[in-house]
Amino acid sequence: MTIAWNLFTPGAALVGGLLIGLAAALYLLGNGRIAGISGIVGAPLRALTARTELRSQRLNLLFLAGLLLAPWLWQLAAPLPAATVDVGPLALVIAGLFVGVGVRMGQGCTSGHGVCGLSRFSLRSLVNVLAFMGAGFVTVFLMRHVLGG
Amino acid sequence: MTRYLIALASGLIFGLGLIASGMTNPAKVKGFLDLFGAWDPSLALVMGGAISVGVIAFALTKRRSRSWTGDPFEIPAETLIDRRLIAGGLLFGVGWGIAGFCPGPALVSLASGLPAAWIFVPAMLTGMLAYDYFAKR
Repeated sequence: MTIAWNLFTPGAALVGGLLIGLAAALYLLGNGRIAGISGIVGAPLRALTARTELRSQRLNLLFLAGLLLAPWLWQLAAPLPAATVDVGPLALVIAGLFVGVGVRMGQGCTSGHGVCGLSRFSLRSLVNVLAFMGAGFVTVFLMRHVLGG
Repeated sequence: MTRYLIALASGLIFGLGLIASGMTNPAKVKGFLDLFGAWDPSLALVMGGAISVGVIAFALTKRRSRSWTGDPFEIPAETLIDRRLIAGGLLFGVGWGIAGFCPGPALVSLASGLPAAWIFVPAMLTGMLAYDYFAKR
């Protein structure tokens, strides 16, 4: 392992992280809810397919609206940072399916288990985080250093 | 009304934080996951920053019986650690490692019009629906 100091952006990472924490804190202390993105997307999706009242999903849908508005608001002040994707469409479809199934099966993702779960010292969340971090490390290792993609 | 504004503002600040942190760039996420190559530790600081605020927020919930809007705190009571929790994490991690997208940044990138997100997000929603469908049976 070598640290890529040229890629490391500690200031931006910390400011962004604090904002994410602030958003999770606001949603928790304000509305009593966990800012877990996979749950916030998953619940209205299930309500749609189960043909239940979407009215019960208002808070989730408003949180999502805020999330989707963020890049537009950002662009009023500054250009969006560059985004580079190094895999093709087929890999993106496979990755999307894995993420979708995985976050529903494990009942959370980087935000729900990662940020919120670890913030409340949940052992259950820690186990899930170690699983997805470990799998992420192994996947990138295989792709970059074994298969060489 | 207040609770709706709080939900909208929370989502907005969350999204701005994701953009500011650099985590809407899949290359940066994969730079963190490339532990055995040229490792970019930024994501660890993003998590650290978010959790340092989160710890205070969760500690504050113990001093109150309800949230500001009067809604009860819906903090998960589940403590079961089973195969589903671990297998779900592993599957999510594989997908995260392949693309460099997790759900939050993928949705923000969808809204900013990144073509890759327009492929990834529909697949992710399909995966969510598929799991719910098969898990129910």
